[in-house]
Amino acid sequence: MIPELGQITLALALALALVQGILPLWGAQRGVSSWIALARPLARLQTVALALAFALLTYSFLIHDFSVAYVAHNSNTRLPTQYLVSAVWGAHEGSLLLWALILSAWGSAVAYFSRSVPDVVVARVLGVLGLVGVGFLLFMILTSNPFDRLVPSPMEGRDLNPLLQDPGLVIHPPMLYMGYVGFAIPFAFAVAAMIGGQLDAAWARWSRPWTHAAWIFLTLGIALGSWWAYYELGWGGWWFWDPVENASFLPWLVGTALMHSLAVTEKRGAFKAWTVLLAIFAFSLSLLGTFLVRSGVLTSVHAFASDPGRGVFILMFLFAVVGSSLLLYAIRANEIKSSVRFEMLSRETFLLLNNAILLVATVAVLLGTLYPLIADALQLGKISVGRPYFDTVFMILTLPLVALVGIGSISRWKRDSGERLWKRLRLPALVALVLATAHSLLLVPFFNPLTLLGMALGLWVVASTLTALRDRMRPHNNLRHIPRGFWGMALGHLGLAVFVIGVTMVETYSVEKDIRLAPGETYAMGEYSFEFKGVDTVTGPNYTAFEGAVVARHGEREIAQLTPQKRTYLVQKMPMTEAAIDAGLFRDLYVALGEDLGDGAWSLRVYHKPFIRWIWLGTLIMALGGLIAATDRRYRALARRAAPTAGATGTARG
Amino acid sequence: MSKKAIIPLLLFVALSGLFLYVLVQMNKGEYNPRDIPTEFIGRAAPEFTLPSLFDPNQQVSSSAFEGNPWLLNVWGTWCPECWREHEYLLTLRQRGIPIVGIDWRDDREEAKAMLARLGNPFVAVGFDPDSELAIDYGVYGAPETFLIDADGIIRAKHAGAMNETVWREKFASHFDKG
Repeated sequence: MIPELGQITLALALALALVQGILPLWGAQRGVSSWIALARPLARLQTVALALAFALLTYSFLIHDFSVAYVAHNSNTRLPTQYLVSAVWGAHEGSLLLWALILSAWGSAVAYFSRSVPDVVVARVLGVLGLVGVGFLLFMILTSNPFDRLVPSPMEGRDLNPLLQDPGLVIHPPMLYMGYVGFAIPFAFAVAAMIGGQLDAAWARWSRPWTHAAWIFLTLGIALGSWWAYYELGWGGWWFWDPVENASFLPWLVGTALMHSLAVTEKRGAFKAWTVLLAIFAFSLSLLGTFLVRSGVLTSVHAFASDPGRGVFILMFLFAVVGSSLLLYAIRANEIKSSVRFEMLSRETFLLLNNAILLVATVAVLLGTLYPLIADALQLGKISVGRPYFDTVFMILTLPLVALVGIGSISRWKRDSGERLWKRLRLPALVALVLATAHSLLLVPFFNPLTLLGMALGLWVVASTLTALRDRMRPHNNLRHIPRGFWGMALGHLGLAVFVIGVTMVETYSVEKDIRLAPGETYAMGEYSFEFKGVDTVTGPNYTAFEGAVVARHGEREIAQLTPQKRTYLVQKMPMTEAAIDAGLFRDLYVALGEDLGDGAWSLRVYHKPFIRWIWLGTLIMALGGLIAATDRRYRALARRAAPTAGATGTARG
Repeated sequence: MSKKAIIPLLLFVALSGLFLYVLVQMNKGEYNPRDIPTEFIGRAAPEFTLPSLFDPNQQVSSSAFEGNPWLLNVWGTWCPECWREHEYLLTLRQRGIPIVGIDWRDDREEAKAMLARLGNPFVAVGFDPDSELAIDYGVYGAPETFLIDADGIIRAKHAGAMNETVWREKFASHFDKG
């Protein structure tokens, strides 16, 4: 009964989305105010229907209703409760339901927070979101229905993929989807603006907080995934350039470009066409990622049940959404003229460079991800692109980007002088160089020119950002006069600096050893030592495990009891490594259990990872920056104004 | 409509065309990124002689393994899937399955270090930096595992990480028979 109710709610949601995708858009074209007024209530109703469907699926998991195929394939009576809930989005069908729910929730949020935006615009935005929702819901109902029955129903379920039985993975997918789907909002605003033909700075201002919000979630989602891979895969790595990781990274890169380009469009009225295009690209790449992962076109560690039949559907969907919006762009582009002028040396130029580099990086990652596929299709031979390509290309591209961050944030709109910039920036540059050199010569185990470069760039961003903050507070000499938007930018850039420093240190000074230890033996690694106490067998709710006991010491002082595990999950018979980590701000000690070498001796993987927490700390700071920028009073102040006039307020504050 | 503004659309249409082509091939069964063309199976395994990973002066040759079924596993330190399957390969080794490793497009020192770190599941490892074997066997990604029977015929192949399910479905029966 419950699954059938689920089917009904899904069908209802589809019907609502269809109406939401037609009537408000039509009404906005024809000026039918009653149809325009339907947009908001429809968006809310659709969210209610999908939330109900989601609750019903969750309920089926909680009561172990194995007559539902999706539950039987991804659950088990011995699965702990929190994983019963996260199993709802643990595989393809359920994650699509979560996706659709999040999309409609974003739509409801727009309906709620955009009271000041003209009703016609809101109707168009929600209409576009409705059409996107129709595509998703059709895809789910026709090819991947989470409520399909399994006849005959089994007594016991196949259990959730053990890789996913982890707290990090409980929240990683929802965060990521919030980010992916969130980019549907700036996309919808851009398309709505193109339909309406009003490509002034206003749409940029309306989309800015939404872009920030989507970007925050995507940033956190990617960081969570990286953190999870670090402790769960047992390899101590934090990024693998796996196709699925790339699929989440691509919209992030374009989303970051979009945030910066929106700033120019809102404040200066420049880059309008470019910004529209970026808004389309950000969401397109989110959809492309879905296509690549779910169709099985690319192989990856993320083992989604892939199915070329689904692939054709997503491709059609992708084609409809992206193709029509790009066609609309091609038709409207002539009308999107940016009349504003700026000089070579100005903040506009630096932001343009930022965009150019981010876009080239996007293309580089996209090419690396798709190249094996392209080469194969064109019969150039089977080729795989590995880590060396991505590492090299990405490093070459990001170094100038990071260097520009410092100059860009201190430069002035419209026109700046090299002399002024040099005066403002020579001190930060000197500080960064001196500190980085001192660090490279005195504080690290050995000298490495790349470390010097990485540290210098990180410190350069910190020093120049602090200078920019000081400049900004100068007229009143008061930190409170700095607008939130500026704080957001400063934090975002400081986060980037922390991230760069973390990556630099981890990549150069990590120590990784694989050793054989018998019980009672001690292994010394620099100032640290690891005493192996032996291995015991332990039993979890749905797995058995070998658990090693290792005492980590710093000098003579005991700092941690580490218990790395090697689990075998009972149903899926899959061996899993659970590394034991003693985390610290300046270093992680990481122990993973290898194999039984007989006589009580085991092979152990022991890592010393300096500064690795800074990688995730940096992303957290970036996300916090995004949050602060998204809540800038400017957006709220505008929200209170009935009909905001374009351009004027923005430039005055810029 | 301006000419410049249509470029993104054209690029996107071209990309979609590529995807559609790949998908249609996949649906027709003519192309599967995860599997080899079936004609490989049932054919004699191409012979190979490669320098050993551990000692460039020694050779690893297919002729040395004739007479019993064995596995040929193509891997590289640069491939995350290979790390994932490594532990399973070690289990296979413990069960007495002979696996010949082919270290493909890799750095010799890094590969040796990886095996020293994680344990070596292979009875021998050939070093194939220039894709000599990989081309003969139609390898396009790592990891790939071939099953070659006592008569030197390829009986099964798997692209992607090995695990118990794959083993039972595709490989185990050939070893049970003898």
